[in-house]
Amino acid sequence: MKTSNDRWRTALAGRMPAEMAAEIDVFESEIALRKQNRIEERVFAETRLRRGVYGQRYDNGHRHDGRTERTLDYPSGELTKGPDTAWDAPGMQRIKIPYGGMNARQLEVMADLAEEYSDGIAHVTTRQDFQLHFVHVDDTPALMRRLAAVGITTREACGNSVRNVTACPIAGVCRDQVFDVTPYAAACAKFLLGHPDVQDFGRKFKIAFSGCKDQPCGLVMMHDMGAIAVQRTRSDGAVERGFELYVGGGLGSVPFQAKLFDDFVPPGELLPLAQAISRVYARLGEKKNRAAARIKFLVKKLGIDEFRRLVREERAQLPDDPRWRQYVEEAERFEERPLKPAAPTGGAPTNGVQAPDGFAAWRESNVYRQRQPGYATVTVTLPLGDVTARQLRKLADVSRTYVRQTVRTTVEQNMVLRWVSDADLPALYGELAEVDLHAPGAGTIVDLTACPGTDTCKLGIASSRGLAGEIRERLLRRSMELDEVIRGLRIKVSGCFNSCGQHHVADLGFYGVSRKRNDYTVPHFQVVLGGQWDDNAGSYGLAIGAVPSRNIPEAVDLITGRYLADHQAGESFQDFIRRIGKAACRKMLDELTAVPTYEEDAAFYSDWGDPRVFTMGDHGVGECAGEVVAPIDFQLAAIEREAFEAQLHLEAGHPEKGARAAYLAMVHGAEALLRYKLGSFAGGEDDAVDAFRRELYDTELFFDPYARGKFGAYLLRARGRPPADYDAEGARQLAEEASLFVEATHACYQRMASERERQTA
Amino acid sequence: MDLNSLQHVNVKVAAVDAGGFDLSRVIPVFHRWIQDGVLTDELAIDVADYRHVPDGPGVILVAHQAIYGLDQGDGALGLLYDRRAAVDGAPQERLRQAARAALRACRLLEEDAALDGALRFDGGRLQVSVNDRALAPNTEATDRALRPEVERLLTSLWGAGAYAVERLGEPRERYRLGAAAGRRISVAELLPRL
Repeated sequence: MKTSNDRWRTALAGRMPAEMAAEIDVFESEIALRKQNRIEERVFAETRLRRGVYGQRYDNGHRHDGRTERTLDYPSGELTKGPDTAWDAPGMQRIKIPYGGMNARQLEVMADLAEEYSDGIAHVTTRQDFQLHFVHVDDTPALMRRLAAVGITTREACGNSVRNVTACPIAGVCRDQVFDVTPYAAACAKFLLGHPDVQDFGRKFKIAFSGCKDQPCGLVMMHDMGAIAVQRTRSDGAVERGFELYVGGGLGSVPFQAKLFDDFVPPGELLPLAQAISRVYARLGEKKNRAAARIKFLVKKLGIDEFRRLVREERAQLPDDPRWRQYVEEAERFEERPLKPAAPTGGAPTNGVQAPDGFAAWRESNVYRQRQPGYATVTVTLPLGDVTARQLRKLADVSRTYVRQTVRTTVEQNMVLRWVSDADLPALYGELAEVDLHAPGAGTIVDLTACPGTDTCKLGIASSRGLAGEIRERLLRRSMELDEVIRGLRIKVSGCFNSCGQHHVADLGFYGVSRKRNDYTVPHFQVVLGGQWDDNAGSYGLAIGAVPSRNIPEAVDLITGRYLADHQAGESFQDFIRRIGKAACRKMLDELTAVPTYEEDAAFYSDWGDPRVFTMGDHGVGECAGEVVAPIDFQLAAIEREAFEAQLHLEAGHPEKGARAAYLAMVHGAEALLRYKLGSFAGGEDDAVDAFRRELYDTELFFDPYARGKFGAYLLRARGRPPADYDAEGARQLAEEASLFVEATHACYQRMASERERQTA
Repeated sequence: MDLNSLQHVNVKVAAVDAGGFDLSRVIPVFHRWIQDGVLTDELAIDVADYRHVPDGPGVILVAHQAIYGLDQGDGALGLLYDRRAAVDGAPQERLRQAARAALRACRLLEEDAALDGALRFDGGRLQVSVNDRALAPNTEATDRALRPEVERLLTSLWGAGAYAVERLGEPRERYRLGAAAGRRISVAELLPRL
């Protein structure tokens, strides 16, 4: 869409890490190939998902406008970016922020991107990512380059791979931590990013780190893999760091608590074990049935003991990787320092200075006293995770003025500024107030969390953000009257059962459902009570029953009112819900489940913030991860791209580069077929050509029914010839041959796959 | 800045006496625009609600070619037209296209029975910006290239010399001009001049 996209490629050349730049160039080529229909749409879909380029509601070209279903005639016509996904339809760009850590320049770039490619809003997710909505796929390479220039990648932000590695946002400054897990989370993210062993999962894989067991911040127990900092004393008296390692947790429609894999993993074993777990999951995890493909199902099926045995066996066979040690050594040198000297004032203004209005309430809820005396971590509450470009720039400014750019996003869709000197708190509060980022109530009942829901998500059933916004507004109006026990509760809302809003671990959780009432489909929310945020999301809530969306704010009042009236001294909300039981909870909500007729109250038949008559007609197929695409499909798409890039080099007048790309396309095609035939293949380029001759050429498997060995001979003939030997004409001929070889590779794969299917049948 | 590359023009028209206006009233109006196909030359897709964000985009109507928003940026409500798709023609025509679209939307909102005249705009207070830092970096060079072209537009709308123009915002923001005619002008009066 943007006419300037090419300019960023030139402007940022040499300013991006080479690997990131190459990765974005590849994606740009894949976009070009998809436009020429030279990459299958399902392969392109998973390819873009692995770059964080996600679909959005109505991208199938249909939308119910409240009266009728309408076709959205996007100008791109038949061109798709995935199955049933129009090219021109707006999409979402997810941006990975490992452990939530950001600096000032990154905040400024995020602000620019939100303005130029999105709708002016950057959205913090429940996994410390950023998301930009209403982004055109054509703009994504330029957007990615601008991120890469400040060290941010979108790689594997979506798709069946390792997602953002999260960590407690106060790790390192937390009073309860065993040690700072930040650098280990960073090492894990770096090691697994693009790792060959995480490319063949049946579903996504989420990892979290926590610095302690009891506090909630890391939410380890609801993750596919999680590590909690622990330490032990050796026989020689030395204290040793390590991790309790958990696997197989997850929310979704079937929430699982993670199982203890090992009660003490030394830091040096963290990465190899993550790799071994990945390998076992890739090898044995479900691939066909998405609904049972998360690792939690594999752990359940095998049992944790058998799973552990298999991982240990895999670990023993892993070839040594120096990065296991290198990354951990780097991690252990990590240090975060304050900008200003400590001033242990407790955050109160000194020297008789008058506190700004609202400061005391803000300090009470949004300021965390760090383990380092005289310093505080400040939570900046973002309503529903949304922040404007202007606010992001202000955050960048204050992160330079008051701290050493130590900013993190949180899983509660907020941001924190770490290492604020106590003496600076009043001034910081004043600066945040300039851009309305000074709202109190962080971590309280008014600080709601919500996934995007029907606003933008294809899977959304009901409006999670609309509901959360409504509840927030109502609670804010009487926040000063709320009793302390009510203020301390958490509310989380998901648009469907997939739990992106993390409703299972809230005191009051809601997820979108629909019910047929009076011949209409009526938006409802299932009420889930008593989930546990503490103990790293230590237990999940009880589903009580579905209540019409319109009545949920009343349900909140009813439930909190009952808790306030009937709780025993010191009784937590979780204990209260357990004590009164599910039946009593359900009875409490009974009066709210009735739906008046449409004529009596039409409001029940539309959702919060959306006046259209509610329909499930817009509910689509999720892209939470794409289809499971076999590795050979990616490899075949990659050789298409390489052959295409050879042509581009030739057009640009670089025969040597063109010849090299053409040859590599053939070599990689040969390798793809060898891996398919043999199960695995490793070796250099010459080894690949030799093996190709032995396994595929001499056996005539690669032979075309008519041209026989002609195409295979192209590769054999080119073996060993240096690219510099090719003049322009020779390079052009090689590029043509590579194109034919690529076609023959596809054909050979199809013959082998058919044969395999026939034998299986 | 190369003036010929000008694209992605934004125009914001200030709302008048909108202090107590409840933005939620615009949500059904924008949905109705989609139902009725009001944007004849643009593909309207959906409505998004950002009322919870202080000084944010407010309520927006997302079309393929542009975003229309009841924007609250800088604490001032106005109709913001953000052109996303490229526009053909000379640079002046690209500016005029954005101004025309913004003022048309203002007129539609002013005339909407559901809003009952609660939302009025002042065609004498406009902001013009370019939503693309690569095409129009916020620099003196851009100002030298673009300001005369914006002034041509303003002259055609308000008359020669009958206005003041100033650069707005800080260097990290997009290039943006604020223009004031010094008197309130109805959008209905301006539309025929575009």
